Amino acid sequence: MGRLILLKTASAGTLESSDCLVTVSPAEKLKLEYKGPNSEVFAERTMALVENVSKRYSLSGAEISIQDQGALEITIKARLETALMRAVKGVAKE
Amino acid sequence: MKPCRSMLYIPGDSPGMIQHTPIFGADSILLDLEDAVALTEKDAARKMVACYLQDYDFKDLIVTVRVNGADTEFFDDDLKEIIPCSPAAIRIPKCNGPADVLAADKKIEEIEKANSIPVGKVRIHAMIETAVGVENAFFIASACPRVQALTLGGQDLTADMGVQKTKEGWELFYARSRVVVAARAAGVDVYDTVWADITDKEGLLKECRSIVGLGFTGKAAIHPDQIETIHQAFMPNEKEFRKALRVTEAAENAKKEGKGVISVDGKMVDAPVVARARHLLELADLYGFERSGS
Amino acid sequence: MNMALNSLGRNVPLELPGVGSFAPYKSPFAMLGQPGAFAGTQMQLRRPAPARSKVVENIEKAVELSGLKDGMTISFHHHLRNGDAVIPMVLDILRKMGFKSLTLAPSSIPDAHDCIADYIRSGLINRLYTSGVRGELGKLLSGGELEIPVVIRSHGGRARAIEEGSISIDVAFLAAPACDPLGNITGSTGPSACGSLGYAITDARYARHVVAITDNLVEYPLNPRISIPQYLVDSIVCVDSLGDPKKIATGAARITRNPVDLKIAKDSFRLMKASRILEPGFSFQMGVGGASLAVAKYLGEYMKEKGLCGSFGLGGVGGYMAGMLEEGLFDAVFDVQSFDSAVTNSMQKNPKHIEIDASWYASPFNAGCIVNNLDCVILAALEVDTDFNVNVLTGHDGVLRGASGGHQDTAAGAKLSIVVAPSFRGGVPSIKDKVTTVTTPGETVDAIVTERGICINPRREDLLGSALKSGLPVVDITALKKEVEKLTGVPRPAEFDHDKIAAVVEYRDGTLIDTVYCRK
Repeated sequence: MGRLILLKTASAGTLESSDCLVTVSPAEKLKLEYKGPNSEVFAERTMALVENVSKRYSLSGAEISIQDQGALEITIKARLETALMRAVKGVAKE
Repeated sequence: MKPCRSMLYIPGDSPGMIQHTPIFGADSILLDLEDAVALTEKDAARKMVACYLQDYDFKDLIVTVRVNGADTEFFDDDLKEIIPCSPAAIRIPKCNGPADVLAADKKIEEIEKANSIPVGKVRIHAMIETAVGVENAFFIASACPRVQALTLGGQDLTADMGVQKTKEGWELFYARSRVVVAARAAGVDVYDTVWADITDKEGLLKECRSIVGLGFTGKAAIHPDQIETIHQAFMPNEKEFRKALRVTEAAENAKKEGKGVISVDGKMVDAPVVARARHLLELADLYGFERSGS
Repeated sequence: MNMALNSLGRNVPLELPGVGSFAPYKSPFAMLGQPGAFAGTQMQLRRPAPARSKVVENIEKAVELSGLKDGMTISFHHHLRNGDAVIPMVLDILRKMGFKSLTLAPSSIPDAHDCIADYIRSGLINRLYTSGVRGELGKLLSGGELEIPVVIRSHGGRARAIEEGSISIDVAFLAAPACDPLGNITGSTGPSACGSLGYAITDARYARHVVAITDNLVEYPLNPRISIPQYLVDSIVCVDSLGDPKKIATGAARITRNPVDLKIAKDSFRLMKASRILEPGFSFQMGVGGASLAVAKYLGEYMKEKGLCGSFGLGGVGGYMAGMLEEGLFDAVFDVQSFDSAVTNSMQKNPKHIEIDASWYASPFNAGCIVNNLDCVILAALEVDTDFNVNVLTGHDGVLRGASGGHQDTAAGAKLSIVVAPSFRGGVPSIKDKVTTVTTPGETVDAIVTERGICINPRREDLLGSALKSGLPVVDITALKKEVEKLTGVPRPAEFDHDKIAAVVEYRDGTLIDTVYCRK
């Protein structure tokens, strides 16, 4: 997998219970905004998860916002990866 | 493989449901990328299912995935992302003939090889949802060793036939019988279609009893509530259980003594009967039947 | 502050300025048979002139007659639940009359009364004794806005505290759904009927002065049912309405359809069966909703199938239990608090639906309360820990958002105490190494049932044996905790300011079982 460069803002997920809404945008550095009822309890866990994913994708930088409605780690990971994939799709494909 | 009486359908895009699947007592689940997922969310569902397949402990559950049809733009991406995760089987919608299965088989083999998965590990469950599919059921079932089961899609089949789907189910009687015979002839499992009315447990039990009688090996469930009823219908009765014990015992004794003929209760018994008895005992284990005593 | 470690390893104050001194928790029955543990108080004698009516023109007049002064203690009951309009009405009048620094000692605080936070801020109330705190009030207390820490007591503990004088009620303002001009009161009839007045009865017996507030003054004498007799009531005020009947006597809570809760309920029922308590004459208390209520569905089906009849149901009674009484599945139901209109109806019509007061229900030091005779209770939980301690008071963030209620009392009294909880809720594990706040000690909890398995307290080897023999899905609680953390990640424990105490949690015997600190 090559280096991931985001081309635009994209989202994935929902605000349903046990899900989360992830929005990613191109940015110089990695920045995370983690919101929802678990924003304190899982601040560290979520940052570690995001760093992990971004390392695996060699993501140079991104502005990531997660609105968490009680999602498990696997779910957050899936939504984040989907948002990233959507953010790298070429404009032409639309 | 352990008997699969029930298969619980879960939309692939619903983490809230996927995360609870091991607790409902189903024998297997179907994570759906097809009809349960909106067109704009196909990528999200695919990723969700792949992540869960990779990282989530499904315990004893047999996990299958329904991919989108080969005639859609999603089919190839579905296979590419899901096969490397090694689900027990993938379900292919609208199989009309053996060519559909063979085409999928070839693609899956390529992906297995590219991912160091033993070729043939990921099985195929072929969905029969059209009149043509019913006509070709045996050829679909025996198209290649990868095919593990046929499944009946009652909703789409009745639509294709231009008839109403009813609780009594007469409109599906021929299709069911044909598909069951085809599956048995090809030596694969066969799953019956969903019972849509979650509130009608009696109706579900009645339908289950009748499809068990026809020879179906499993049934779809669309709600965890349905699982207990389905399992109830598949439960062997005491009499057949005892008979199966006698048959398998006789078969073992005959083997030990080097005899070619197996005799039970004064009658000759051949290989298919022994195989069926063994399967029944496997099924009985799931219900906690005690083998001791007689 | 003078603190000490109790037997659960929790640091608790020995002295609370503005409240009094406490002993640290030792064990569920450590205080039994100790001399002086139950002082008893005498009812204060009044000397009124004989009258034919105690009705006064308004609440202000009733307050004047009561002799209420700054610094005194007032109480209310919470039987009108979220439909109550009396507490805000009276507090507003007291504020307008210029009162300050009162101690508020209701039996509990309905969710709807965030307004109490305002009365604390305004200085009307400076000390709070309650069973539960939620919403805005919970946040206010956890934020340290009340100088004197709150004392949280169970229903049985509050009864004991009133009986021994630790809570000394000066004026009890009692909402009375049906009241006659001399103060005979019942809760089972009237437009604002609420069923049992169990908690109010205790207040009426021990308060120095009792004001009845009614929207339904009936002809003398109130009959046939009288929950609080006239000789305990000092004055009566008539108001337009006690509150919203739709929120007082709601429709009965329906059995949940959530498949996770149903799994928990089913396995709880299977555990009850395996433990062999389901014999003729058994007694039972169910929870109010979710899995803890759904157990009753499986129990009821089984009882009908086997023709099994229980001796009594107990609660916190909801429509489902009332239905079981009507079907003859229990010989009687003892009701300390009614939850819906079906129950109010049952109490009116069925003599086997018996109203009991808080002391009868759960006071630990009288001649024997009913929870001691319970065979099985099903309880909910916010959090549990690997020692089987239960938290029903604070959330994962450490903010007060629950009630002690009858949890400690029933867990201690019942032969089989089952706590139900999903293994994770809102993506956060329910099982911790140590609960944020101990409400009910693990010594009184026999099993914790989750959707991912049943955890049996190692203290109950017999129960473990029975469960395994019945093929139940028994799991080790520490292993289950790890399994769930693998899915959710490890949550960060709440952070507290250990220099500031928001509340202390009393065990039913008056010792302190835990401290709730203010949030950082």
